Amino acid sequence: MSFGIPFFPQEASSEAGQVDALFYTLLAFSVVLGLALTGLVVGYAVKYRVGSKADRTGKRSRSLPLEMSWTVASLVIAFIFFGWGAALFVRRDHPPADALEITGLGKQWMWEFRQPGGQREINELHVPVGKAVVVSLAAQDVIHSFYVPAFRIKQDAVPGRTTHIWFIATEPGRYHLFCAQYCGTQHSEMGGWVTVMAPEQYAAWLNSQAEGETLAAGGEKLFRALGCSGCHGASSKVRAPSLDGIFGRPVALDNQQTVIADERYLRDSILNPKKEIAAGYEPVMPSFDGLIDEGELQMLLAYLKSLSPQPTAGARP
Amino acid sequence: MTNVAMPGTYLGDGTGPRAWLLTTDHKRVAWLYLISLTAFFFLGGAMAVLMRIELATPAGDLVSDDVYNRLFSLHGIIMVWFFLVPSIPATLGNFLLPLMIGARDLAFPRLNLASWYVFIFGSLFALFAVVAGGVDTGWTFYTPLSTLYANGWVSTAAFGVFIVGFSTIMTGINFIVSVHTLRAPGLTWFRLPIFVWTLYATSLVMVLATPVLAASLILIVLERVFGIGVFNPDLGGDPLLFQHLFWFYSHPAVYIMILPGMGVVSEVLPCFSRRPLFGYNAVAISSMAIAVFGFLVWGHHMFVSGQSAYAGVVFSFLSFCVAIPSAIKVFNWSLTLRKGEISFETPMLYALFFLALFTFGGLAGLFLAALAVDVHVHDTYFVIAHFHYIMVGGMVTAYMAGLHFWWPKLTGRMYSETAGRIAAIVTFVGFNLTFFPQFVLGFDGMPRRYHTYPPEFQFWNVLSSAGAVVLAIGYLMPLFYLGWSLFHGARAPDNPWNATGLEWQTSSPPPPHNFETMPIVTRPAYAYDMKGLEHERFSPHREEAAP
Repeated sequence: MSFGIPFFPQEASSEAGQVDALFYTLLAFSVVLGLALTGLVVGYAVKYRVGSKADRTGKRSRSLPLEMSWTVASLVIAFIFFGWGAALFVRRDHPPADALEITGLGKQWMWEFRQPGGQREINELHVPVGKAVVVSLAAQDVIHSFYVPAFRIKQDAVPGRTTHIWFIATEPGRYHLFCAQYCGTQHSEMGGWVTVMAPEQYAAWLNSQAEGETLAAGGEKLFRALGCSGCHGASSKVRAPSLDGIFGRPVALDNQQTVIADERYLRDSILNPKKEIAAGYEPVMPSFDGLIDEGELQMLLAYLKSLSPQPTAGARP
Repeated sequence: MTNVAMPGTYLGDGTGPRAWLLTTDHKRVAWLYLISLTAFFFLGGAMAVLMRIELATPAGDLVSDDVYNRLFSLHGIIMVWFFLVPSIPATLGNFLLPLMIGARDLAFPRLNLASWYVFIFGSLFALFAVVAGGVDTGWTFYTPLSTLYANGWVSTAAFGVFIVGFSTIMTGINFIVSVHTLRAPGLTWFRLPIFVWTLYATSLVMVLATPVLAASLILIVLERVFGIGVFNPDLGGDPLLFQHLFWFYSHPAVYIMILPGMGVVSEVLPCFSRRPLFGYNAVAISSMAIAVFGFLVWGHHMFVSGQSAYAGVVFSFLSFCVAIPSAIKVFNWSLTLRKGEISFETPMLYALFFLALFTFGGLAGLFLAALAVDVHVHDTYFVIAHFHYIMVGGMVTAYMAGLHFWWPKLTGRMYSETAGRIAAIVTFVGFNLTFFPQFVLGFDGMPRRYHTYPPEFQFWNVLSSAGAVVLAIGYLMPLFYLGWSLFHGARAPDNPWNATGLEWQTSSPPPPHNFETMPIVTRPAYAYDMKGLEHERFSPHREEAAP
């Protein structure tokens, strides 16, 4: 910040400084190369302008050593930047195992978040400083994108699948949350604030919020209300497989294949149950597509995940 | 003199609407395109100016959000498909390709005229969509917004783009066949002007990529009209499938747009430096490399879309690879100036500005190819700035360079050199003022396609909006002095720039069949350094031509 004119954005996550290090290196490289080329061209333009007395002997219109060396140099520099960017990027898939799990749902035109304890927020997200937070993202209608510039992170929320983004906030404060993927009429209004708080303040804030039920608890109610428990209940193993510990486990299908029961599999099995049928069971389950909305689906998934004892945050396929 | 139609030239070969609208002369078809594309350029440009005025303040006070969304959607659709993709190929390419290869016309003259009618037919759909109420999907038509939630004339606009795609394919086929079969005796592949090489590479991409766009647009219409599930997850489809299909076309389309610009600059720089193009072979081959690699990098538009991280790594790697041939070209263009006799006529100014803007736009591309940085700046103004540096700073600047370079050949008239130089400088200043602040905005986190924005972004937005006004003046100026020169300009000599290239060996403007006697080529392209030829003025009908 200088004179109220923003130039350098705030850095407020563990990721931000590392992304900026690469950004500023690229910037320095670009400025040096760009100015060198500009200087070269302007220099030639002045020196070899029509009528100038410059020495023009030894003209060449090709030079294999020169052309080879700038090709190789470009390749080496490109691969360095590629490797650096990729090394930072692949960590997106590997959140710490003890991360706090928050679910986020994008819909035209708001963000709805649910804390692990069930507290709901609209266009506001409260997180503790210094703790890894995973946001599981879903979209109700069209594609949205969860973007917090101060954290240097962005992830699309896509209808029909669950995506994830994680971060460790490092500075208490309030930061812009934007929707970065164009989503219709009020796209530019779809956003809000991420509030980063000291852990004790965050705990106090959680307590002050209306004690909503947790996602998993809501999911358990839905599981009964929708009749899932009639077939999938612990005692009923005749018509449908038991779902105890299902999440993350391999499931044998009737077409001889085996899939891991990840979020994608569970989601598809609820909305499109005939797609992948567990071996040994008749395909009698009806589709719940259109009967439940994206938020209810998130609750059901949270409940099914809660039936698995092992920590799941790190083992995300 | 106010007689535009000079007797004995293609311009005097029949006047009146019928002679123009039913012509199969590639030079007249080029004019049909030039006039239509100029109209689209200013229509799309007017939308951009409206957007920039709206963005001068953080609140949405000039137009409503729905109108703003329609403005940027139609700006994108018009500028990409109704200006940039056909711009240089269909105008300068159409006019010059036969002249440069020493042919009397393109291989399929009637197909060439048909392509213009198809273009006009398709553009009527797009114009209807504008008048009837617009489209609010963005030029990218992302699903499920475009299929289920958009309330504009999506199918109409998409169908218009679909039809225009066929016009592109027709032009591409025509160019490929012409380059293969109609080259003059002695004009081997490695004696071709780079402009012909780039048109050839462009045509290959047009023919191979456009059908994929056609397929994806048809799938959108099928899903929107008949409810067939392709992209809609509720019907068993996948929204990301659309992005894969769309960018499989639209990334190569970026090279459709920029390659011909590279070709123009490769003609202009040697001419005004009086030097052969440095590293001709490398420039020719890197054009083909760009065309090939351009097909393998579409996933870099999707790093944060939910695509697998490992796919992201592969696409990032390939994107860095495609930077190499572009870098090679920049080095070669720069070295071309070395030890030349450089003069700064209008086309040269535009070409030098191209070199600067393309270099900086290309360097910004490295940021976007670097995965972790892209995560931050993706879908922000940084991306807007990057592709406008390439598409407008690069392509449109090259288009202006070419238009001024070949204007004497097109019209037989000279324009005011002073006016031309002023317009070039105004454009360059206006362009940088408009788009450089957008790099900063993007790094600061302002998302693209925002009708309103937080107040802290205002400073850079005001600069950008001010620049847009300057840029608009820079683009309007040629409309007047080029238009004036058409009627009142001094008669142009056959080779006013003393350039090599077969197109300069015939009269200005050329006769209906291009060459009185067919040329024979005995020299490489850009033979500006051959003994005794440095300052030679070519005569229209060379004595060495075949009987």
